[in-house]
Amino acid sequence: MSESPHLQISSFRRGVHPDEYKNLTCHLSARELPLPDEVFIALHQHIGAPCEALVAKGDQVKTGQKIADSPAHVTSPIHASITGTVVAVADFPHPLGGKVPMIHIKRDGEEDEWEGLSTPDNWETSSKEDLAKLVREAGIVGLGGAAFPTHVKLTPPSNKPIDHFILNGCECEPFLTCDHRNMLEQTDHILMGMAITMRILGVEQGIVGIEANKADAIAAMEARVKALHLNFKVQPLKVKYPQGAEKMLIDAALGRKVPAGGLPMDVGVVVNNIATALAVYEAVVEGKPLIQRMLTVTGDAIQKPGNLIVRIGTPFQVCVDACGGLKEATSQVFMGGPMMGLVQYDFQVPTLKATSGIVCMESSQLTSMRHYPCIQCGACVSVCPMNLVPTRLSRLAETGKYADCKEWGLFNCIECGSCAFVCPSGIPLVQWIRVGKVKATEQQKKLKAQA
Amino acid sequence: MTEENLSQAQPEQPETPKNPVDKPKKDPREKLYHPERPLILASSPHFHAQATVPKIMWNVIAALVPTTVLALVYFQWAAVGIILTSVGSALIAETLVNRVKGEAFTIPDGSALITGLLLALTLPPSFSLGGTALGSVFAIVVGKHFFGGLGYNIFNPALLGRAFLQASFPVPMTTWTWPLTARYADVDGITAATPLGLFKFEHVTSDLSGLLTGNISGSLGETSAIAILIGGLYLLIRKYADWRIPLSLLGATFLVSGVFWLISPTSYPSPVFQLFSGGLMLGAFFMATDMVTSPVTARGAWIFGTGAGCILVIIRLFGGLPEGVMYSILLMNAFTPLINRYTRPKFFGEVRA
Repeated sequence: MSESPHLQISSFRRGVHPDEYKNLTCHLSARELPLPDEVFIALHQHIGAPCEALVAKGDQVKTGQKIADSPAHVTSPIHASITGTVVAVADFPHPLGGKVPMIHIKRDGEEDEWEGLSTPDNWETSSKEDLAKLVREAGIVGLGGAAFPTHVKLTPPSNKPIDHFILNGCECEPFLTCDHRNMLEQTDHILMGMAITMRILGVEQGIVGIEANKADAIAAMEARVKALHLNFKVQPLKVKYPQGAEKMLIDAALGRKVPAGGLPMDVGVVVNNIATALAVYEAVVEGKPLIQRMLTVTGDAIQKPGNLIVRIGTPFQVCVDACGGLKEATSQVFMGGPMMGLVQYDFQVPTLKATSGIVCMESSQLTSMRHYPCIQCGACVSVCPMNLVPTRLSRLAETGKYADCKEWGLFNCIECGSCAFVCPSGIPLVQWIRVGKVKATEQQKKLKAQA
Repeated sequence: MTEENLSQAQPEQPETPKNPVDKPKKDPREKLYHPERPLILASSPHFHAQATVPKIMWNVIAALVPTTVLALVYFQWAAVGIILTSVGSALIAETLVNRVKGEAFTIPDGSALITGLLLALTLPPSFSLGGTALGSVFAIVVGKHFFGGLGYNIFNPALLGRAFLQASFPVPMTTWTWPLTARYADVDGITAATPLGLFKFEHVTSDLSGLLTGNISGSLGETSAIAILIGGLYLLIRKYADWRIPLSLLGATFLVSGVFWLISPTSYPSPVFQLFSGGLMLGAFFMATDMVTSPVTARGAWIFGTGAGCILVIIRLFGGLPEGVMYSILLMNAFTPLINRYTRPKFFGEVRA
């Protein structure tokens, strides 16, 4: 694919090159899924405090009606995604594992009656505070996967001046193409969402970072930026995983390194995902809270892979069936891409705000792996974008030396999976590091309790 | 509580990280989509680059082919005997250890074959087959499995085997013969000193063309620098060896020996001669780069190679032996855990005081 010739492609150091498999779906326009018969809306689908249900069994709800909220600052309200009746507020299986409280809504008939947000007549003249509040009320969280409440990101403390906003269009995970499709199909709305976000932040400099394998998206973005007289910079980035990790993206686009243990705002940057910018536009201009999103249903076990626009809370089964269903020999299913996605075993789990894809695999790249002892080859060290020594971290975690783990940067790990991807011994390095993180935190709590 | 109650009260076991792939059948949490085909449950990442330990090992063996072929050409039946004995004993020893430890057979991973082959390539062509077998068994049993097997050994097993033979049979280990292809009429008898030995004890320099093609006396595999370079460059290009190690080792050897040569060109050999003589090339590309016994960090690799180069020159110039590749690498092997400990890379975004 050709890249824009006048733009320098930038990147971060290290990383890996997994097979992309994007051509399964990258050319397919998004299809809107018919309204699901029922949805399961999790009360906790973001980073921060879980919400409390505002409705009870038997209540009638409208599409877009706020049905759960929390008084905490770091949280995000939740809205009904269909018009219908609350059947239950109870525990249901969650894609993150286990059962958590969810609001189960059954659709009444065909109508899709909306209860929208009250929007300003002209966002360009309304105050930053009002806009940020609107973003909160719309229940917008980071849609790239982390689901961090967006209004918190957009209201940094006053001692952290922000000078750059980066729109993350990298989509470096294999298989996923929903950001790519959104950039092609919703170009203007995304750019307006970006402009609104930048107004809330009060920043002048905006960068759209896109991996160079999406040449059509780069071209579309550039053309619309020019046509709309925006002063955003479209920055092509090298195709490399994890280019879309916040810290890697900031390094690639601006050459700034977020301090270890710090946040992007420590270097004056806020990064949002493509879908998040689109959600901001839809909330502020169209008055729609976050009740649907695009996700990619793909993998070699899906009969007809595609990009779907799905109401949040739709069971996986419905999404998969809409794509022709599964092949007989399905061996692995994950939410998100294959590098950081969460494995699934129950197709009744609902989509979350941050569900960017459902990937179903017939062939597993793991079953063919045999396990060997670590031969100290250093491959994990040479690919770690955070410059850690994964082999040592995993061995320390395995042997219970959690204090040493911290000294070796345990909590700097972003769990991108590059190390385990290249490990010739098939050691589940990231899994051990996760164990280490949990245990080290437990240990710390215990010590504090004793003191 | 009865035993039954207890087992019921046990929380569901989280997946053990050790072997995420083999587990799904026993995992109580899974629901089967296809009743006859369980889904695989594993922690991310779910993709793998498909590099494996055997792939690395067999590539190293492939890289040793040019050197092995030249050894066979130059030393013919002597080379055949030593290589077969050394490799065979290594494989038999590996199998017996597997049996005793009650573990899966590890010959297919290729590591025992490398040890046997590397040891053979470091032996003089006239060395006895019994001694070869002994050294090979020592390398596998003591050098590798006493330390815990593949991945856990501190010293390169082949070099440890050679060190053992050097200590046990000092005379046969330093008795060299001319390659059959170089047995000129004017050479008195079959035995010959190596170029390094010639220089050390008789102050005779050998010419470079012999060093490059290997038509000189020396160990089976250390005679031709060109054959070793072909294999070594293959390893570097395919990233099966860290380029920093041979570069720093050869660089340090060149620079340190160069300093001495500049001080006194008559009493010290030239740095070019140092580079291409003895076991340096084989050591730099195939022994020092042994992943298990060299550091994992980039800075560590520089320290490791430089350290080995400095020790090497000191042994060659001032030690009792003409050659020091083996001891310099073994010494640095011992430092590897320490080097790993103190060369932690700077974290992304880390500000060091």
